[in-house]
Amino acid sequence: MNGEELTEQETALYDRQIRVWGADAQRRLSKSHILVYGMKGTVAEFCKNIVLAGVGSVTLVDDRAVNEEALSTNFLVLPDENLYHGKTLAEVCCDSLKEFNPMVHVSVEKGDISTFGVEFFEKFDAVVISCCSLAKKKLINQKCRKLPKHIAYYTVDCRGSCGEIFVDLKNYKYSKKKLEETIECQLEYPSFEDAIAAPWKALPKRVSKLYFAMRVIEQFEDIEGRNAGQTSIADLPGVLKLRKELCETNSVNESQIPDALLERLLTGTSEFPPVCAIIGGILGQEVIKAISGKGDPLKNFFFFDAMDGKGLIEDISKP
Amino acid sequence: MASEEQLSAIKRAKVLMVGAGGIGCELLKTLALSGFQDIHIIDMDTIEVSNLNRQFLFRQSHVGQSKAKVARDAVLRFRPNISITPYHANVKESRFNVDFFKEFDVVLNGLDNLDARRHVNRLCLAVDVPLVESGTTGFLGQVTVHSKGKTECYECQPKPAPKTYPVCTITSTPSKFVHCIVWAKDLLFAKLFGDKNQENDLNVRSSDTGNSSEHSVDVFEHRKDEDIEHYGRRIYDHVFGHNIEVALSNEETWKNRNKPRPIYSKDVLPVKMTEENGDTEKDSATDDVSVMASLSLKNPQDIWSLSENSRVFLEALRLFFLKRRKDIGNLTFDKDDQLAVEFVTAAANIRASSFGIPLHSLFEAKGIAGNIVHAVATTNAIIAGLIVIEAIKVLKKDNNNYRMTYCLEHPSRKLLLMPVEPYEPNKSCYVCSETPLSLEVNMHHSKLRDFVEKIVKGKLGMNFPVIMQGASILYEVGEDLEEDMVAIYAANLEKALSKLPSAVTSGTVLAVEDLQQEFSCSINIKHREEFDEEKEPDGMVLSGWVEAPVDKDNNNKPIGNGESTSNALPSKEILECEKDVEIQETSEGTETVTRKKRKLSEVDESKNQKKPEKLDVDDEDDELFIPDDWESLIKKRRV
Repeated sequence: MNGEELTEQETALYDRQIRVWGADAQRRLSKSHILVYGMKGTVAEFCKNIVLAGVGSVTLVDDRAVNEEALSTNFLVLPDENLYHGKTLAEVCCDSLKEFNPMVHVSVEKGDISTFGVEFFEKFDAVVISCCSLAKKKLINQKCRKLPKHIAYYTVDCRGSCGEIFVDLKNYKYSKKKLEETIECQLEYPSFEDAIAAPWKALPKRVSKLYFAMRVIEQFEDIEGRNAGQTSIADLPGVLKLRKELCETNSVNESQIPDALLERLLTGTSEFPPVCAIIGGILGQEVIKAISGKGDPLKNFFFFDAMDGKGLIEDISKP
Repeated sequence: MASEEQLSAIKRAKVLMVGAGGIGCELLKTLALSGFQDIHIIDMDTIEVSNLNRQFLFRQSHVGQSKAKVARDAVLRFRPNISITPYHANVKESRFNVDFFKEFDVVLNGLDNLDARRHVNRLCLAVDVPLVESGTTGFLGQVTVHSKGKTECYECQPKPAPKTYPVCTITSTPSKFVHCIVWAKDLLFAKLFGDKNQENDLNVRSSDTGNSSEHSVDVFEHRKDEDIEHYGRRIYDHVFGHNIEVALSNEETWKNRNKPRPIYSKDVLPVKMTEENGDTEKDSATDDVSVMASLSLKNPQDIWSLSENSRVFLEALRLFFLKRRKDIGNLTFDKDDQLAVEFVTAAANIRASSFGIPLHSLFEAKGIAGNIVHAVATTNAIIAGLIVIEAIKVLKKDNNNYRMTYCLEHPSRKLLLMPVEPYEPNKSCYVCSETPLSLEVNMHHSKLRDFVEKIVKGKLGMNFPVIMQGASILYEVGEDLEEDMVAIYAANLEKALSKLPSAVTSGTVLAVEDLQQEFSCSINIKHREEFDEEKEPDGMVLSGWVEAPVDKDNNNKPIGNGESTSNALPSKEILECEKDVEIQETSEGTETVTRKKRKLSEVDESKNQKKPEKLDVDDEDDELFIPDDWESLIKKRRV
């Protein structure tokens, strides 16, 4: 922690949240740099949250043009062709985000993120990845983990009425107050690759079915060479076949991954705004916790399903 | 989830949002994105700077403008073709009557006070329109669904009553910082800068019998041509020195308590202030007057020393007289009045110092004095998402799947978002089940006025009551009443209950109604001679109505108590979604320290730590803090 005080402007603007997490945490936030990849609805929500929170900077990566999907689920994209014509999704979102908090530096990085070197990622304190293939998720995670600097890594995916967040904080040390004492805590997180390699049979019996369902779909997209979210109900037979194989390999019962759930994930490829708000909110809180060093971060998956309304944490790692 | 049937139900729906603040902004945005096309939104507030950390539809340039209107404009930017009707108004206004409410398919509350919530609850019951309620504080939040006849109404479960403190604790025996704040704000500040005609207990001492009010007015009044600094020191010495010495003279009070020490300005600040401070005349506009700037106390998070607090006290007082003379005599404390906050902080700290209570920073003091609710954007966003999910269930008439959802800071059995089935209506709820209440009162002493103010308006939350006995109307409010009726009602108010025209006796049933809320209630009157002055200061006891439990245990942190906001990172996990729960001093008839009759001592709402009954069966014994607002655990009846 350095000795710089919050400005009068910051104190006035952030008063209500300083009362939640304290001035120290606010200072740390104001010095943090966040990288965000994949500007879908949920990620737009997340960006809104961290910009309001007063992070130092947010760098957006998404070279796609504004499309129907963006216009329907991303509130940062205004439906005025004059405004978005010729601009990438990241650029349009950048313009909107700047308005929420002039004290946050919002910018765009163009190019294929899988080609960015390790030095690029070193600039950041937290990296949030969405709309990403399995291969890319692993790749970026590895680059972040390679660095000696501590970089918090997150993936987020929302499909229809379901959402998943993955958290990797490497070796994370933090302190917290319990009654009058301050206790030191340490958590060790597996990488994304290691986490999902955990044999299904070894996982606790009541792990969320959504975890398994997401892994099946993820693998399906990987095998078929699809972009993230590029599936439909027509893929159901292929997905069920893959499920059978994976369950056999892992010696678990196929009932662990209900047909109905897989169907919902296949058909619900566009996001459901209430779920975007919920997942974007949880993710926002997690990043704020990791940057400020205040509060127990979740380890290491979070799932939400609007159908049962539960938002739960699963700790998935190799035994 | 986006089936055809669902989409068309959403498109057709007419939705009312009450509140365009923290939850409101997030909710309006999510509703618009989800396909809702006809949204009405009521909010009486205007935008303030402190809103901008989470009410993201607003910009710095909007400060001062109507929240409802600016929210509407902002959302129309990304959904230009939907209809959003804003009302910059108080939801309690008579135009928002049953005819207004019955047009909606669902009502969504994003409010911050109990009164308005109760009011909306009653209207929704009257027109049988489901209500989705919600609240957030910091990282905690909850969403509940209320459907008449199917689930509890908002008032079926006890809600924490606004916190008040015994007079003697404030005037003579403070033990916590919040007591000092109440003293500084409701007594000293009020005495010096507020309405002179208001009763004020500043010089009341527990043993005091012979204190005449004329004498106290003398002491506090600024004498003609009196040097301001001299006046300031005189006040300082009187309240922190003299009054303490007088209190000390009563041995009995201090038998089991730590004695306060008197503090005199000459011991703390020997040198005359104006010599030290130099020229403060160069202050800019009167509105920006602030002591901290002129005394180089830059950081509101710093805890000032006794001498710094004393300097602030004297300088603030001086600046009020020098720069804001015209305000003196009609000021009420406003948390956004920087000079007032500085004065109250300093005064509270000096008093705290005297009583050996830890001092607090201006930041902390302001939070306590201003009943500030701490808030972040993320929780509001999560809650908004959950509200829309429930709203859609309502539209689909999917009542078996309604859920109350809690947003927790620390997971309980892996859950951060915990859905719970709603409960059946409470058969003893006087609001939705129309159960009669009972009132014990001394019918010869208590007047109808007391009944109206304390019970009907106060406890029962009616705004425009009609009180009847059988066919006779004892009292009513209305715009088109005949003059002679108004005179009769006015006369009735001043009569003891037993002396009313239609003899009200023990065993009489009074019918009480609020026509706007379409809420009626019957009360059985029973006579009782004696009431405990301390415990039953109103001289009336209402039973059968659902009230939060009174807990005298001082160990736990009460909801919204100042101490909890004084920690930068509050460790309490109790939900307090009410901005005016703690030191209740609104004008709506709630007891404050300045009135003669006193309420009970602190209501401690934090004691309820019970296990929730989950949807899944589980063996684990979990400790879960459930907000008192939703004591779903006391009663375990399910839909």
